[in-house]
Amino acid sequence: MFPSRKTSEMRVVVDLNRCQGYAQCCYAAPESFELRGAEILVYDPAPSAEHRGRIERAAQSCPVRAITVQADEPAAGAGR
Amino acid sequence: MTSARIPRADEDARVVVVGASLAGLRGAESLRLAGHRGPLTIVGDEPHLPYDRPPLSKHVIAGEMAPDATTLPHRLDLDAAWRLGAGAAGLDRQARTIVLLDGERLPYDRLLIATGARARPWHDEAEGTLEGVFTLRGRDDAAALRAALAAAPKRVLIVGGGFIGCEVASVCRDLGLPVTLVDPLPAPLAKVLGLAVSGFLRDWIAAAGVEVRSNTGLRSLDGRDGRVVGATLDDGSTIAADVVVVALGAVPNTGWLEGSGLALESGALVCDGHARVRAQDDGLHPEIRAAGDVALWPHPLYDGRMVRLEHWGNAVAQGEYAGRALALGDGDRPAFAGMPEFWSNQFGVTIKLAGLTEGADSLAVVQGSLKDKRFLAVYGRAGRTVAALSVDCARWLPAYAEAIAAKAPFPPIANALDQPSRLGTLDPSWPTPPPEVSARG
Ligand SMILES: Cc1cc2nc3c(=O)[nH]c(=O)nc-3n(C[C@H](O)[C@H](O)[C@H](O)COP(=O)(O)OP(=O)(O)OC[C@H]3O[C@@H](n4cnc5c(N)ncnc54)[C@H](O)[C@@H]3O)c2cc1C
Ligand code: SF4
Repeated sequence: MFPSRKTSEMRVVVDLNRCQGYAQCCYAAPESFELRGAEILVYDPAPSAEHRGRIERAAQSCPVRAITVQADEPAAGAGR
Repeated sequence: MTSARIPRADEDARVVVVGASLAGLRGAESLRLAGHRGPLTIVGDEPHLPYDRPPLSKHVIAGEMAPDATTLPHRLDLDAAWRLGAGAAGLDRQARTIVLLDGERLPYDRLLIATGARARPWHDEAEGTLEGVFTLRGRDDAAALRAALAAAPKRVLIVGGGFIGCEVASVCRDLGLPVTLVDPLPAPLAKVLGLAVSGFLRDWIAAAGVEVRSNTGLRSLDGRDGRVVGATLDDGSTIAADVVVVALGAVPNTGWLEGSGLALESGALVCDGHARVRAQDDGLHPEIRAAGDVALWPHPLYDGRMVRLEHWGNAVAQGEYAGRALALGDGDRPAFAGMPEFWSNQFGVTIKLAGLTEGADSLAVVQGSLKDKRFLAVYGRAGRTVAALSVDCARWLPAYAEAIAAKAPFPPIANALDQPSRLGTLDPSWPTPPPEVSARG
């Protein structure tokens, strides 16, 4: 279960067209990325900030650069 | 109005994005990354920041991911004015103004239209709004369907054997729920994949415990005291179900553009190869671009055939293309030629498709075998490789996507070691009616 997280958390999305199930991300951040069956990647899109280092390592270790991370919570600003 | 070029990237140009989802977000980001520093306003009729839809029909309805965990990451600080919960009601292209539902007018110098698509509703409104009948497009839909599935329904009826219908069926089986899937074609996914392949899928789906009712339509959804109790098939037989998921594809969100003078075809917004929106008088609007599920555009890889792709990857790539073009103009940038690509997870496998299968006249299995539920199959049309389908063979797919992009002959020659030395080709076997342009159901 990847629960809702309200504030100051990270956001992650994986381009699953690109992902080839190499599972490097799963070794780097096992609490946030999991491979099911041969190549179904399941991941936490809103991981807790305490995992930040591992999430960033996961993104860097992906051989096809499929992982996009935002280090803080997106906000609906008022702009200018 | 229809000047051939847009003014150079000027500091103060006001950009408005209508549609705050995947294509709108990626478009806004690439506009900023291309150096646009003027005011940017993003209008979305949902109350949420852009979120990711693919997990909705997989992990959210399964109860393993919270609906609000799907908010998409931003690649940079957009410095945008967000107008969430504000629908666009109209476009005045002479005055270069968007009119919002509450009457407010938002002037723009450049506009990105990314209003996507919505679930096609059940044709009978009274039946479609019975309690217990669901469609699945947005995060609130997913939350409502999740609650219904968690309440241990006696049977879930899924109407429509496209990708979303199959993914929902797969989740229901994972949850141990009895599920029936009804579809007018001989096998689920037959419209996109052809019967030669989807006949095998049908067997896996049935083996997972889904009651598959092919070759039949539904006469009605039946209710009692405002709640759905089941459905009546074309032959008059009935199915009892307390949850019904209507998964009949999606229709573009262009109602707000009626009367704007922009060209619409079957509801889709007509563009040229540079994502420039076309007016009914055939003039192009270089200051208005469109991207994602809403857009109908000529694909250069497929001889300029008009396509509307309901694919995550297309919303990203076309959004990025349109954002750059709005910031920088066209220069000598080639027409958008993104490879059509999507994935689906269901019944324990990953299905991936590159290219367009429409009109394919032959099929070759180049890795693995259909019956082992692990294969790569290539579709050919008039001697050319036009699409490749992977079931748990994702690592082989990029090589075939390259062959498609290179318009390589069919059958393709890949010097993979474990490829059968002589490829037999099959008839993809399209069901009647033939597949439509929409590439995803
Ligand atoms: C349940 C589900 C599962 C999916 N799974 C996959 C998958 O596994 N693989 C894959 O490749 N693709 C998948 N897709 C498709 C993918 O999500 C879409 O292609 C993508 O969301 C399209 O993005 P978009 O921004 O063009 O449109 P949308 O995501 O539809 O967003 C359009 C936005 O504009 C808003 N809007 C509409 N009209 C107005 C208006 N008048 N004013 C203001 N705002 C407006 C809408 O409310 C919406 O928020 C799935 C889609 C769904 C619904
Ligand atoms: S490392 Fe990359 S390719 Fe491998 S499973 Fe993770 S996201 Fe997919």
